[in-house]
Amino acid sequence: MSAWILAIVQTVLLLLLAPLLSGWVKWVKCKMQCRRGPAPWQPYRDLAKLMRKEVVLAEHASPLFRATPYLVFSVTALACSVVPAFTLGLPTAAMADVIVLVGFFALGRFFLSLAGMDIGTAFGGMGASREVTISSLAEPAMLLAIFTLSMTFASTNLNTMVHFTLTEPFQIHPSFIFSGLSLLLVATAECGRIPIDNPATHLELTMVHEAMILEYSGRHLALLEWASMLKMLIFGVLITNLFIPWGVAQTSGFIPCSVGALSMMAKLMGIGALLAVSESVLAKMRLFRAPEFLSLAFILSLLGMLSHVVLEVH
Amino acid sequence: MYLNLAHFGVLLALLAAVAPLPVRSINAGVRIAFALLGISGLTCAYAGGRVMLSGTSLDVVLPIGLPWLHSHQHLDPLGGFFLLLVGSVTAIVSLYGPNYLISNGADSASSHTLAVFTGLFIAGMYLVILAADAFSFMVAWELMSVASYFLVAHDHSQHENTRAAFIYLLMAQAGGLFILLGFGVLAGFGDNFTFSAMQSASLSPHWEHIAFGLAFIGFGMKAGIVPLHVWLPQAHPVAPSHISALMSGVMLKVAVYGFIRFCYDLVGTLHWQWGVIVLLAGCTSALLGVLYALMQHDLKRLLAYHSVENIGIIYMGLGLSFLFASNNLPALAALGLIAALYHCMNHALFKSLLFLGAGALIQQSGRHDLNHMGGLLRLMPITGICFLVGCISISALPPFNGFVSEWLTFQTALQGTVLESGVIKSMVAVAAAALALTGALAAACFVKVFGIAFLGQPRTEDMLSAREVSAGMKGSQVLLALSCLLLGIFPAPIINSMQAIPAALLGSGLKSIKTDTWLWLTPVSAHASSYAAPMVLFGICVAWLAAYGILHPRRRKIPVRFSPAWDCGFGPLEARTQYTASSFSQPIRRIFRPVWPIHENVTPATETAKGGRYSIHIGDWAWDKLYLPLGHLIQRSARIAARLQGGNIRTYLAYSFFTLIVMLWIVT
Repeated sequence: MSAWILAIVQTVLLLLLAPLLSGWVKWVKCKMQCRRGPAPWQPYRDLAKLMRKEVVLAEHASPLFRATPYLVFSVTALACSVVPAFTLGLPTAAMADVIVLVGFFALGRFFLSLAGMDIGTAFGGMGASREVTISSLAEPAMLLAIFTLSMTFASTNLNTMVHFTLTEPFQIHPSFIFSGLSLLLVATAECGRIPIDNPATHLELTMVHEAMILEYSGRHLALLEWASMLKMLIFGVLITNLFIPWGVAQTSGFIPCSVGALSMMAKLMGIGALLAVSESVLAKMRLFRAPEFLSLAFILSLLGMLSHVVLEVH
Repeated sequence: MYLNLAHFGVLLALLAAVAPLPVRSINAGVRIAFALLGISGLTCAYAGGRVMLSGTSLDVVLPIGLPWLHSHQHLDPLGGFFLLLVGSVTAIVSLYGPNYLISNGADSASSHTLAVFTGLFIAGMYLVILAADAFSFMVAWELMSVASYFLVAHDHSQHENTRAAFIYLLMAQAGGLFILLGFGVLAGFGDNFTFSAMQSASLSPHWEHIAFGLAFIGFGMKAGIVPLHVWLPQAHPVAPSHISALMSGVMLKVAVYGFIRFCYDLVGTLHWQWGVIVLLAGCTSALLGVLYALMQHDLKRLLAYHSVENIGIIYMGLGLSFLFASNNLPALAALGLIAALYHCMNHALFKSLLFLGAGALIQQSGRHDLNHMGGLLRLMPITGICFLVGCISISALPPFNGFVSEWLTFQTALQGTVLESGVIKSMVAVAAAALALTGALAAACFVKVFGIAFLGQPRTEDMLSAREVSAGMKGSQVLLALSCLLLGIFPAPIINSMQAIPAALLGSGLKSIKTDTWLWLTPVSAHASSYAAPMVLFGICVAWLAAYGILHPRRRKIPVRFSPAWDCGFGPLEARTQYTASSFSQPIRRIFRPVWPIHENVTPATETAKGGRYSIHIGDWAWDKLYLPLGHLIQRSARIAARLQGGNIRTYLAYSFFTLIVMLWIVT
């Protein structure tokens, strides 16, 4: 029973932390660019404001348009409960392995793209078309990188994968370096960050994610924004815990869990700062350069896989 | 007893072929035929399902056929599974058929031909599955092929339809010839045409390879693996929609059945080379199928290319199974086989659903082309929701059924590390990546299909007259959609009930699927991977309710306001400013440019014709590079051979004279 409570606690904690992470990234970015910038907790204020505002729907909106924000949010929230964030052995972690996790993101994206096309504006179709193009290249790269890890651990369960690294004596896998790099590239694409997409722009030639949600307002927009912050958080947790899992609690006691939560936050701050740095030094790519970026990720994954097969299997 | 029941189902299907002929009223005739088909489907599904569950195998020799070879009939778990599949889809489609044909305005001649050949076609499929000797198999196979030719050629007033049907017939016959030769090899060594004699035949590996090659091409031609797929995108768009559903959903599976029966059961020894070939063919078909599908804007042609993709996924599972079986890992081979079979069942359901939905759409809107559709969800809500379920299922998204079988295929591929050869190990890993790419592209394609056809604003006036279809047509779609959900939510009990199939073919069931619970799917071990679809669905519902409960407007007293969509201040939006199917797939077209032969035609704007024109035609390399040269070669050699026939009687007499002299010379 206590394990189930812990699962709910983890989900709620990740839900609450998600806006802070994107606020933190924005704050670090502003500091790096010598700007004052908003406080890290500004996203909370934005979300609260959007929740209070009325919803304006386009006249042609179908029921699918109204259902999508709830669906995207609930699928992403469910994904939160599956990832081992600060403790192992959650009962929810067994119900979905890493392939299902990728499937959750794909399901959310499927509906979000449909919602983009629902109103019948050119922007929505543009965003949806670009989103599915980018994700159809990013998804295989991500799965291939993760498959390298799962072949090493002989498991696709995230719990087992993290547990394996925690308990085995430390060793450097060459394949992990390739996979880790690839996952970082994929994560920037999947979360719609620079250089693939820029969450801060509404320029029609460049926007992807923002084009799809252009017609949303009020609490619908709040849910979608929250879900995309949550997605970034999940990617952060996933990457850090797969490659540097130390700190994750192996028992469900209070103290190990608090240590786990603190170490998770520290890791997230680190990876958030890394993202801020890369966003400050890189410029957004032209849309048709994105395939090159993603095929780089794919080739890194492939190299990881091949180096695993050639070097590490006995 | 169950075998007799299955034969009763076959008789009902044959009766359905002739029963409507004496009936005067078209409506009554069509209804009688489909009612009989429905009952035959239910009977066969029941018989097949019971045999699959019990794990027994039944044999009977019917006193028909050749004097020295009576018709051997056989029903075992594998046949039972496919019989269940064919029967249940037939039953559901026969719910759809009558209203579809009647509201299509069928006349008496066309409805009679349709009824006759539909009955024969379905009876042929049952008999292929029941056959236990090569002679009955080939007769049933040809019955299925030829009857379906007449169904494809049903609307023969248009030239392109007869052409498509002719290509189908040609390829079906060529495929049949390969299968016949394959059986010939086995029968030559087994000294008899019965399957039991073929099983006990001892072949040298060379002959085994030859037999496999013949069967691979023969069954692959019917199943539609690349590059033998070209008849599919031609034949499906011209056939009536319920026939497309049966052909794509079920007939392709009968070809897969034949391939499985031939390799696992009749030849018996699986070589690793075959695994490599089947896996490669599967990857190629899956990737090229989905990439070609993405570029189509004729709805039914698009779905036909997706059949190629899904057959590719099934072949991937089979290829992995071959590889594991040849490495003496029967439990993992069973996993691959189960993944392939589960995908067979899933594809039968969601592809029938999509074809039936497409039929309803085309009937109501009168348009085939996605670029003319739009906004249909509001006019046809039930069809729209069912179609959405089909789209989610085929895109392999949780918690629907397509995801389960792709998940199983991934799990099989990830066990590839236990194989010995490093090359094959990396090939299996790359195959997994190809499957991931296929899944992602399929999702992209169905965002396009649903988004263009059902969402947005109507692109032509014709859409406005579309109305929700009649109860029978809706009912069959709802049934299929529900079964897609059911197979997605409860995979574990269904896979448990399929255990008898690998047990009979490979001597081993799945290693560690938990038998005591309906909740968990753990194909390898609970430690390695687990998927609890009911919990996933429950979790989504809980999170949805929580979000909805907290944010629901009734508690906040904030009404929803409706206003025109944002038009950037340029005035009202038009339907023509929307993205079309072609523009939606443009980025992917640009990225994977060399995959298709593309003919673009841009006419710039002139004084007289303002706005200019742009047209694009996407061909198929298989046609351009393989079939057209082959056709030219045949024509050229025929022309050379035709020189012999001068039409001059003296030359012909000279031929006879010289032939006679040569014969005499040989004899002496």
